[in-house]
Amino acid sequence: METMVSIRPLLAVLVTLIGAMLILFTGERNRNLREFWTILASVLKFSLVLSMIPFVLRGKMLEFTIIQLAPGVALQFRVDQFGLFFGILASALWIATSVYSIGYVRGLNEHAQTRYFFNFALCLSATMGIAFAGNLLTLFIFYEILTVSTYPLVAHKETEDAIMGGRKYLAYTLTAGVVILFGIIFVYTLTGTLDFKPGGFLLGHGSSATIIFLFAILILGFGVKAAIMPLHEWLPTAMIAPTPVSALLHAVAVVKAGVFGCLRIILYVFGPELLHQLDLWLILAYFAAFTVIVSGLYALAQDNLKRRLAFSTINNLSIIVMGAALLSPSAITGSIFHMGSHGFMKITLFFVAGAIYVKTHKENISQLDGIGRQMPLTMGAFAIGAMGIAGTPPICGFISKWYLAMGALEAKEVVFLFVLLISALLDVAYFFPIIYNSFFKAPKEDVNPHFDEASMKMVVPLVITATISLILGLVPNAFFRFFNIASMAAEKILGGM
Amino acid sequence: MVPQSPALVVVVPLIFAFLSLLFGWWRKAFSYPITIIALSLSFLASIHCLYTVLTSGTIHYYLGKWEPPWGIEYVVDHLNGFILVIVSFVSLMVAISSKRLVERELPEKVVYFYTIFLLQVTGFLGIVITGDMFNLYVFLEIASLAGYALIAVGEEGAPFASFNYLIFGTIGACFYLLGVGYLYIKTGSLNMADLSEILPALYQSKVLLVAFAFFLVGVSLKMALFPLHVWLPDAYTYAPSAVSALLAPLMTKVGAYVMIRILFTVFEPRFSIELIPATTILGWMAAGAILFGALLALAQSDVKRMLAYILVGEVGYIALGVGLANRNGLTGAVLHIMNDAVMMLALFLIIGAIMYRSGNREIPSLRHMHRRMPFTMATLVIAGLSVIGIPPTCGFFSKWYLVLGAIDANKWVFVAVLLISSLLNVILFFRVIENAYLEPREEEAHEGVEVAVPIEEAPLSLLLPILVAGAGILSLGILSGEIISSVIRFAVPAGF
Repeated sequence: METMVSIRPLLAVLVTLIGAMLILFTGERNRNLREFWTILASVLKFSLVLSMIPFVLRGKMLEFTIIQLAPGVALQFRVDQFGLFFGILASALWIATSVYSIGYVRGLNEHAQTRYFFNFALCLSATMGIAFAGNLLTLFIFYEILTVSTYPLVAHKETEDAIMGGRKYLAYTLTAGVVILFGIIFVYTLTGTLDFKPGGFLLGHGSSATIIFLFAILILGFGVKAAIMPLHEWLPTAMIAPTPVSALLHAVAVVKAGVFGCLRIILYVFGPELLHQLDLWLILAYFAAFTVIVSGLYALAQDNLKRRLAFSTINNLSIIVMGAALLSPSAITGSIFHMGSHGFMKITLFFVAGAIYVKTHKENISQLDGIGRQMPLTMGAFAIGAMGIAGTPPICGFISKWYLAMGALEAKEVVFLFVLLISALLDVAYFFPIIYNSFFKAPKEDVNPHFDEASMKMVVPLVITATISLILGLVPNAFFRFFNIASMAAEKILGGM
Repeated sequence: MVPQSPALVVVVPLIFAFLSLLFGWWRKAFSYPITIIALSLSFLASIHCLYTVLTSGTIHYYLGKWEPPWGIEYVVDHLNGFILVIVSFVSLMVAISSKRLVERELPEKVVYFYTIFLLQVTGFLGIVITGDMFNLYVFLEIASLAGYALIAVGEEGAPFASFNYLIFGTIGACFYLLGVGYLYIKTGSLNMADLSEILPALYQSKVLLVAFAFFLVGVSLKMALFPLHVWLPDAYTYAPSAVSALLAPLMTKVGAYVMIRILFTVFEPRFSIELIPATTILGWMAAGAILFGALLALAQSDVKRMLAYILVGEVGYIALGVGLANRNGLTGAVLHIMNDAVMMLALFLIIGAIMYRSGNREIPSLRHMHRRMPFTMATLVIAGLSVIGIPPTCGFFSKWYLVLGAIDANKWVFVAVLLISSLLNVILFFRVIENAYLEPREEEAHEGVEVAVPIEEAPLSLLLPILVAGAGILSLGILSGEIISSVIRFAVPAGF
């Protein structure tokens, strides 16, 4: 592939880092200026990411090497289609989340707002680094930065539960980090390189036992953040975090970083050919399918809205991993596209949960009867997001599920088609009662039956993300050829076969 | 003309130690600037040494123009040139930071403090630069005696800790000296280069084996390698803040350097690895040190004592790298000598700063500290992450090479030890960070404005070295690839 040296990926990482510093040094003295930095950094970052699209669509790869870290491994950014896709997703949603966050923390009059915005910016900087990393070590460096900078956000409330949630989060993710580190070093000793290559670079190295072992530990390692069962326990606990954190980090940046890592491992380190040889793909797909079904069942049993959303996230993340594991063209396209579409839909749902909490201090689904009358815009957005996740046309979830289903057939494994269908039914089962109850049940006494929405800073972002989910479903290429980027990535990966 | 910098590195602090005493008698205020000047000069000289080594190869400096093996020779190659720079840099930083700490903790003894401080540094630099086994012993004793004195003036309990250290340190020195004696009986030489040529013919000699064993035990005692570390926690906990900040990063590292020299320069790798499985034993001791240090650190509520036990573990990392006896392992060991020196510098200075402001260093008493001392605590977080081994801090890269070396050597137990110790360090440091940064609240009480805590940062002379060390931790990690390819690659002993 043609490469081109460009400083843009570095700038996209740095702009948030600098933003974070400005946020920190502005502090509580001037809240508006501090929030201005957040918005400015997010907009700048998004435009930087957008400016890379034309090159990548032409099939070029943007490359920037910062420094050599070890023989054969550099701290290096290389923007390919897959990385760019994740970059667009995270940076676009950060703008929405920034606006929403301001509404949220001010609406609740939260403490330690500077720390909150600082860490948020740091997280996004790390996420960009993960998206654009050109090799496993660079990816790992940013992955660990992301882990650590998310911790203060999880423990933000500083209640006993929040602190325990933070500890649990660290225990899971840092243990995973150690496991990943071991895997990476092992790969390095086998091959002497860590650069991602579409279609993998491990073929022909090591015995099959070694490869299987390596695959297991790397997937286990990245699987923690991707919340593959039984490594998912931290995610529902981390829902104690403020809602914008759950929205962006636990629906998009952090968990998707885990999924992104898994996909990089599956598609760019091991590669379809090797996985087919050793039949590892099928094992992984069954493993993910198990999570898809079980997490759906778990979600049914949750009364806390955010916890239900968390289990739905676990469900969808595993759908993405399952799609990638099927290794057929449509499945990979669908899986990459689902990273994006799930991001837009799920963030909408979390935004809704936060808006309800700020407005009414309600967290449980059983308290939401009739709330649609008080907050029609919010609940309308919820309906769009929820239906999209269940795969109802014409919302973008349908497109990704369609491709995933086709992919299951292309891989000649009908089982996974049924897994997808069952999971869609479960989605309906745990989301539709919420929609029904909030619009059609008689309002409870403490619900105001008249129009009384949360602050516009919160409602506008969630309406926008819901609208985007809808538009992406109608015209998947509407925004910057979003869908094309995903399918180009899939083509490139399978090109070698 | 032979460059004079190797002599200057050692002689300047030695002479200035006496100058500082003389001028200090006249005006107490002079001793601090004199110390700073001496260490700056020494730092510049050591940079010059390293630069000369990098451009034109190993320096041989004959003291008084007496040629070896009769005269004393200073040899600067990539390995000790690199360590010279680390030692002189760290001691300069500690000297800068010591101003207010000493004024507060030892108001009566400022002049003597700086005199002994300079002697201490002279000892360290001499150990590193000399190419003579007996001269090394002399400097080892200068450093140790100065260390006993400096520790003894600390807080309550310090004299006893210092006495304890004195006994162990003297036993260690005796072992070392006996080793030197045995070698001298057998070979008639004390010069390292000379010895390394004579010794291979004598590798079957029992005397040599005994000497080798004495060296290992002696040096292990000095560098506090588990299970010979027992003197360290007390000594470094009760010592004055500036003293712990000097000794903790340097004494153990200098010991580790001597270990590498004896194992791989004086004796050949063939001897230390194959004829006697010394490196294997070292590796297991190191693995013990890493786990034991981390586990005992968990039991401490005093941050400084916790750091002392962490230091025991860190010594283990270096020894493990040496014990792996392959290129990656040794690269990791040498890299970790630098990284750990900077990390320990940062951590012990931070404890000094916390003590200076709050007079208390129990973990629970750190609450609200992130608002009283934001910069200091931010550096604590960075240093803590580095000890854990989170990229891009420098600690990550030493771990990278050590694990790489362990995999190369097929020592899977050591891989596991390295990885598990990371996790133990996570618990250690996040316990501190949690206490310093989070302020537990009642449910639903998280709203509203915070209690006002005024900013009370450490004085500038103390804060500046802390920030420099913090910046070092961040940048040395990213630069480690460059450092390895330009210096450490050549510092790893020949034959690997």
